[in-house]
Amino acid sequence: MKVEELVEGLLSGNRRALARAITYVENDYPESKEIMKRIFTKTGKAHIVGLTGFPGVGKSTLVSKLTEEFRKRGKKVGIVAIDPGSPFTGGALLGDRLRLDGMDSRKPLWTDPGIFFRSMSSRGRAGGLAAKTGDVVRLLDAFGFDVILVETVGAGQSEVDIIEVADTSVVVMMPETGDEIQINKAGILEIGDIYVVNKADLGGAEKVERWLKYMLSLDEESVQMLSQMTHADEARVASGEFFERRKGWNPPVVKTVADKGEGIAELADAIEEHFKYMKETGLIEKRRRERMKRELFEIVTDDIIKLVKEKTNYRDVIEKLVRNEIDPYTAAERIVEEVLKSGEKG
Amino acid sequence: MEKKIRVLVAKVGLDGHDRGAKVLARFLRDSGFEVIYTGLHRTPQEVAMAAVDEDVDVVGISLHSGAHLALVPKVINYIREYGGNPDEMLVLVGGVIPTDDIVELKKMGVDEVFIPGTPISEIVEFIKIKLPEKRKKNES
Amino acid sequence: MTRIDEKRREWEEKCLKPWLQKAGQREERFETLSGIKVKTVYDPLDIEHLDFVKDIGYPGEYPFTRGVYPNMYRGRLWTMRQFSGFGTAEDTNRRWKMLLEEGETGLSTAFDFPTLMGVDSDDPLADGEVGKVGVAIDTLKDFEILFDGIPLDKVSTSFTINPPAGIILAMYVAIAEKQGVSKEKIRGTIQNDMLKEFHAQNTLVLPPEPSLKVVVDIFEWGAEHVPKFNLISISGYHIREAGSTAVQELAFTIADGMAYVEAAMERGIDIDKLAPQLSFFFNSHNDFFEEIAKFRAARRMWAKIMRDEYGAKDPRSWWLKFHTQTAGCSLTAQQPLNNVVRTTIQAMAAVLGGTQSLHTNSFDEAWALPSDEAVRVALRTQQIIAYESGIPNVVDPLAGSYYVEWLTDKMEKLAWKYIEDIRKMGDGSMLRGVLKGIENGFFVREISDAAARYQREIEEGKRIVVGVNKFTIEEELKIPILKVDPEVQRRQIERLKKVKAERDNEAVKEALEWLRSAAENDENVMPPIMEAVKSYATIGEIMGVLKEVYGTYKKPIII
Repeated sequence: MKVEELVEGLLSGNRRALARAITYVENDYPESKEIMKRIFTKTGKAHIVGLTGFPGVGKSTLVSKLTEEFRKRGKKVGIVAIDPGSPFTGGALLGDRLRLDGMDSRKPLWTDPGIFFRSMSSRGRAGGLAAKTGDVVRLLDAFGFDVILVETVGAGQSEVDIIEVADTSVVVMMPETGDEIQINKAGILEIGDIYVVNKADLGGAEKVERWLKYMLSLDEESVQMLSQMTHADEARVASGEFFERRKGWNPPVVKTVADKGEGIAELADAIEEHFKYMKETGLIEKRRRERMKRELFEIVTDDIIKLVKEKTNYRDVIEKLVRNEIDPYTAAERIVEEVLKSGEKG
Repeated sequence: MEKKIRVLVAKVGLDGHDRGAKVLARFLRDSGFEVIYTGLHRTPQEVAMAAVDEDVDVVGISLHSGAHLALVPKVINYIREYGGNPDEMLVLVGGVIPTDDIVELKKMGVDEVFIPGTPISEIVEFIKIKLPEKRKKNES
Repeated sequence: MTRIDEKRREWEEKCLKPWLQKAGQREERFETLSGIKVKTVYDPLDIEHLDFVKDIGYPGEYPFTRGVYPNMYRGRLWTMRQFSGFGTAEDTNRRWKMLLEEGETGLSTAFDFPTLMGVDSDDPLADGEVGKVGVAIDTLKDFEILFDGIPLDKVSTSFTINPPAGIILAMYVAIAEKQGVSKEKIRGTIQNDMLKEFHAQNTLVLPPEPSLKVVVDIFEWGAEHVPKFNLISISGYHIREAGSTAVQELAFTIADGMAYVEAAMERGIDIDKLAPQLSFFFNSHNDFFEEIAKFRAARRMWAKIMRDEYGAKDPRSWWLKFHTQTAGCSLTAQQPLNNVVRTTIQAMAAVLGGTQSLHTNSFDEAWALPSDEAVRVALRTQQIIAYESGIPNVVDPLAGSYYVEWLTDKMEKLAWKYIEDIRKMGDGSMLRGVLKGIENGFFVREISDAAARYQREIEEGKRIVVGVNKFTIEEELKIPILKVDPEVQRRQIERLKKVKAERDNEAVKEALEWLRSAAENDENVMPPIMEAVKSYATIGEIMGVLKEVYGTYKKPIII
């Protein structure tokens, strides 16, 4: 399909065009930049909700139940579910879709036109997301979904990238898995806007809940201290960035039994409440501003490096550096100058 | 980045024999494909919608219920109805399928039928060779 | 024994070793189909730890390693029971009458998928599947046609049915009443084994706990009303078909059996009253000796479990009676006649293992439902073993074989290990352990891994399947295939409509209301199901009530 056709189709509600556009973006086809340029102004309306948590806590089931709940509330729901992909074979089993089963078999979620589900492979990338998750979410946003649920890999690794994409980050936990490990690892305490204790019908849910509430009530320094004592992910905690970003919002802890649909409405309420809070307090713009700044700088960096490669004889400069004939700072200054000049000429 | 081949492994209908589908999914993954498995007891509509939304290159339908002549064409028709193009993908069927029915299924747009005992390496080869061939033919 | 030990060493040194150095052998390591490593040869030292009286003994006596009856097939041959059914009740009734004329001694019913899943023929989910792999049953009306001219006091009938097992049993009882046969006399089996559905077969409707509750309801009701009927067939067959090893099949089946017994005892059912109505169902695969050892080990384990763990008093309660089916998954689509040979080997293993009844697969089943000719050859295979081979004339003729006794013991030990792991998951309770294993995916993962291992060996050419990855030919296949009339669905739906129009809908409603209240109040659901069946309520309507009360189940997928 041509870019025009794709963009037009996507913006006029054609699922096939959306599906294909995602493929282009996910695989970094040459057309993908053009697509993103054309749809960007149509984005920014959806509420992007990330769900993260350890393997086996029931994220997929929660996603399914939340989807059903949001549909009941008249919202259109897009879902991006990320599964681990092997960095060796490149293969992946994308199995989350099959959890998308509603309580009511007469209204199957799989064929509900108000739902779009897309599975993605992380393709060996760390951080819990696939490389192009952000752009894929924008495509869904431009298509017109009200809520976009992003489910991270959930492989038990540090999965903090979700905050780069989501407006609301939901951290899912469960009883019985050894709370300390769950809570202290990998910035879990810092990234959540909402915490869920799923499978709350198992024993020990209250213990996790109490522990969470206690940890969340601590200030930055105490958490740092505790985390260091328990060998948690130091780098992220130390930055303090996480406390800054949710300032004023006290993350609620919601207990759910996703299998049975219990606590789902409360969770959906909390998610909506958080979105409202963010809008009212201007926190959402603050977060988006930070995110756009980061993204802009990334793109500019990429572009400049591309220019450097195209317009300068950087290879010679590297050789000189290797021979210690020039220092890196001077070399960089000269290259920047060269790029700027090439701009004036061109 | 090289485009990964995406395969939908689907169970349609009421039969619960998922040994073949699951073993296939596992081996396709290990052969470098991105595999989406539907789980059991899917309707043709559900499989078709998944094929379109996930923009897969291959739809593999497994069924041991004898209902292939009724259900497989439905999957293909619904893919079209949901805006997909079955001519751009490979449609494969696996299961207990009599010879006469294999001929029928191919007339209905199925690219190949794999009977029990087919080595999975054969299926992998088939996809790697036939997918680009079919795409090329469709474009011209 | 020291003499033997010396002799063994000497033989290894002086005879075997030089021979191996000169001639070598085909494989570095020989193993059974389940991956148990086997040695070149076995001798008395390998079974030194076994006690003849305690572990092997005589048939008809504890621990029943050699068979449940003292003279086994010298008294009565096993029941030749060919699983069959297709199309409408009329079609199946005709096929059954043919099989009975051909010398078959028991009936075995194959249902279509909508019936197996408890949905009616006019349900959208049933579209395309009505009458395809078995007979379509919606109401008692279909059963009346199915058993027309078949006297229920003369035959025993087996029903492969699980979530709607209670409904089918009720229908059979209703037919007996209509024929004037007392329900105390009817013989047969309902599969009614829900646990293995969660492990392997996936005919799943209700969640695990309510599924088990309904199974126990059937135990409770059946022990009272149909004392000659097997109320469950605890099945390893499907576990094996899903790709498990023989050891897993043995272990998981026995574990399920223990879970059922514990559930029944929790309900307060007298174990000695129920035990004779429990039966088992195993697969017979290609590895001849391993299968024989599996059957012998199963009997010995069950006897120990029933006597020592659960305290059953009546020796009949210690019996493990079982049905066997040859391995469907071993059949090849290529060179289909080879399947006759595979089936023969598997059937011989079942008979040498002391089965009570046997189904032999037809050679064309990798292609479709079997044709009349193929069904006949399958039955003849059993008859040749029974009447020409001499195998049934001596009880447990392989007992005392060093290898078979060693392997029987080995399989038992490996199975116990699994059982102890499961018991640990349930904090000492097998019932909780099995439910836990279903919830955390233990069984499915074990079976999937074994299936993948098996496939990998075939892919890599390590495991040879004749005609598939070795000794292949180009062949044009001309197998006469049984085609199910595409009109079946329409005719079945029409009949269903007619029944619904003619029945007393008020009575149906009342029976279903009774069923709902029984389910809601944790009462036995069988009496209202009996009533509902007699009022011509459909299977879909009855299951529908149970689904509404108990909820439905979607299986988490573990690949």
